[in-house]
Amino acid sequence: MNMIFILIGFSMLLALIFLIAFFWASKSGQNDDLYTPGVRILFDDDKPVDDVVKSDEDHQAP
Amino acid sequence: MNTLTKPSIETSCYHCGDSLPIKPYNSGDKLFCCLGCKGVYQILEKHNLSAYYTYNIVPGKLGKKNQQKFDYLDESSINEKLIDYRDEKISVITLYIPAIHCSSCIWLLEHLHQLNPAILQSRTDFLKKQVSITFNHNTSLRKVVETLSSIGYEPLISLQDMVQKQQADQSGRKLVSKIAVAGFCFGNVMLLSFPDYFGLSELESNFRNFFGYINLALSLPVLLYSSRDYFSSAWNNLKNGVLNLDFPLALGIAVMFIRSVTEILLQTGPGFVDTLCSLVFFLLIGRWMQQRTYHYLSFERDYRSYFPVAVTRLLDGNEKSVPLQELQIADRILIRSNEIIPADAILLKGKAKLDFSFVTGESAPVDKVLGEIIYAGGRQLSGAIELEVLKPVSQSYLTKLWNNESFQSIKDPIKTFSDKASKYFSIVLLLIAFSSGFYWLGTDLNRAAAAFTAVLIIACPCALALSSPFTLAAVLSIFDKNKLYLKSTAVIEELAKIDTIVFDKTGTITNPDAGDLHFTGILSQEQKQAVSDVARNSGHPLSRELVKWLGLSPGNDVFRYREMVGRGLTGIVNNHQIRIGSASFLGLQTIVKGSAVHIEIDNHYCGYFIAAQQWREGFKALSGQLSVRYDLHLLSGDQDHDRRLLSPFFPGTQQMKFRQSPQQKLDYIKNLQKRGKRVLMIGDGLNDAGALRQSNLGIAVTDDINNFSPGCDGILDGKAFGRLPLFIKQAKDAVKVIHMSFAISLLYNAVGLFIAVQGKLSPLMAAILMPMSTITIILFTTLCARYYARKNKLL
Repeated sequence: MNMIFILIGFSMLLALIFLIAFFWASKSGQNDDLYTPGVRILFDDDKPVDDVVKSDEDHQAP
Repeated sequence: MNTLTKPSIETSCYHCGDSLPIKPYNSGDKLFCCLGCKGVYQILEKHNLSAYYTYNIVPGKLGKKNQQKFDYLDESSINEKLIDYRDEKISVITLYIPAIHCSSCIWLLEHLHQLNPAILQSRTDFLKKQVSITFNHNTSLRKVVETLSSIGYEPLISLQDMVQKQQADQSGRKLVSKIAVAGFCFGNVMLLSFPDYFGLSELESNFRNFFGYINLALSLPVLLYSSRDYFSSAWNNLKNGVLNLDFPLALGIAVMFIRSVTEILLQTGPGFVDTLCSLVFFLLIGRWMQQRTYHYLSFERDYRSYFPVAVTRLLDGNEKSVPLQELQIADRILIRSNEIIPADAILLKGKAKLDFSFVTGESAPVDKVLGEIIYAGGRQLSGAIELEVLKPVSQSYLTKLWNNESFQSIKDPIKTFSDKASKYFSIVLLLIAFSSGFYWLGTDLNRAAAAFTAVLIIACPCALALSSPFTLAAVLSIFDKNKLYLKSTAVIEELAKIDTIVFDKTGTITNPDAGDLHFTGILSQEQKQAVSDVARNSGHPLSRELVKWLGLSPGNDVFRYREMVGRGLTGIVNNHQIRIGSASFLGLQTIVKGSAVHIEIDNHYCGYFIAAQQWREGFKALSGQLSVRYDLHLLSGDQDHDRRLLSPFFPGTQQMKFRQSPQQKLDYIKNLQKRGKRVLMIGDGLNDAGALRQSNLGIAVTDDINNFSPGCDGILDGKAFGRLPLFIKQAKDAVKVIHMSFAISLLYNAVGLFIAVQGKLSPLMAAILMPMSTITIILFTTLCARYYARKNKLL
């Protein structure tokens, strides 16, 4: 049963790591803007979009 | 009638979506409504940024805005105040750009480096409409801002917004950190307490101490960090002789901790650490709900937000941009077209044509002649003028209003229901605690201590403290969806108590852009087209209204177009001479009340248009509903030619006041309050700022929430104006919900107290009762608020 002491120690440590990770995220401003990053990820890379559309068409017509 | 739809070729501008004129501007196969839109398109095209147009259709929001001058951004003293960070290589600036409205905007603003290679990085915050730009010193702040302006994203730069920005984020982040700590400790403590609640066998009893010590250790950060605000608030209030809800909360937390420490150290029990942590956790969530903002609007604006950051000073014939506060008496300043006059001054040179709409709400421009005094706040419309400053900015007519006493003193914090109730609650709580302690004192000392502390623990008004924030936060978000944006949750309770409503006229109950025109006379369809073509060329508000009212698309070319500023227009269409303008311009003798526009074609008088005020949508129904229960008043800065039209809405002539100065408006509200009225002021312009501030509740009506609003408690979108009675009803219902949830949480407290006074409260009971009451309250308030919203047709 003494294993419990160690297990509890580990579980606390793990939870603490998550807490610290949260602090870091909060401090670096990740929670300040919860909208824009979601939109940002949908943008294509810096490539004229006309080209992208064309290349898609090429694939569709083999 | 010609109702056939045209063949669906491009009829709208590729950039902004406006309808195209007869001869659109084109670039390649794209068509544009104006040179501005075409210019932006060409810039983007050249820099490989045309993907802007693929994320949204017609993302542009430009129009024919006049470009501002940004010379002042080269001044180092101004520059320093605006820039967030600077070192030898780079500078970082955060700019507020009201035009941000769609994902294309985000995309474009984050690809600024393609437009100007010296811009290293740009990050958009969509909800705050801010862009943070990092640039190296191959460019300057001015050039960065000019780049933005050239693609239609002109930043709004004012000193006040800059100052506010830096302070904003910190408190919110801190609270979230406190919640995180409390949540972390609460979760762990709860797990570690379970074995004790379920009963440990003899075999496992050596864990009891171990768990107890860990629990105690975990409660320390909660006590010292997360709940610190409650202790400091309770202490401050106690010093001022106020008993608010923070006092029993802090007392409960302290007692819980002390009792837990003694129980765990003396090994007499598991203590109340679990309850302590959950209590703080839920309380902080309630506080977060209360503080949460669903929008990023500024409610604390004063004149500084509207004035430019700098002004051009003329010294020995040289132009130099100086910060506004350095402006001194007898300085000569240059005001260009579309700039705002920052201080009271005398006109020395040039033709002044001023739009005072944001001071008075009156949209018709005012002409001033040489030597006349011009008050601060007007926007120059035609050409550059030179002025001599009479008073420094801080003592000018407009700014004096802010130096009025009602602005110096901070408005009394709104007394909420929970503030009042908590006073009695605290007293009753202390009475019960002491009497139950004394009752057992004679028989059993331990039991006396147990009963005393148990009362303070179980009666800790957690559910009570949460009922207001959760109800009000739910209502706040409902209001938000309906386009009423309130400054804080306390405003809702104030709204429920209102008994008098004061309206401003221009811009508030009249619709600023849909003036209804009446034409007296005869015009053929062809003549109407010609009038519309001529008037289309003018920027005067009445000309624009005329074009809108005629509703004709651009037709023929106009030759020899001339505009006599403030007087009239002439032009030749299809060999007909069209003259549009005031009576004096056409040499007429007619006397028509209000602002009339006369039409003359080929020297033949055709009649006149007269602009009648049109009420904001829903005003008639609204005044009908409100006048039953509320006292309605009207304060207007205008002449009283609308008195007759308005009198049905405002019974009793003493309830309508015309020609009111901002100071008089403020005094009128003050008088109403002296008679014991609780006043809701609804206004729009800077001229209402004093009254908005003085009133118990000031709501600014605006058609573009990001544009303009004086300091106020709430901002109402013009489209939602007709819902005002519903908002008040909902606020009243919200107060009802708070009362009901108070009753529920008191019931829980009574059950707990019944056990506690007997000294029989076990940690398990507390650990069940406390979260259960909290969750009941959260569910009840949120559901109830939504139920009433649905009933009031707000959801």
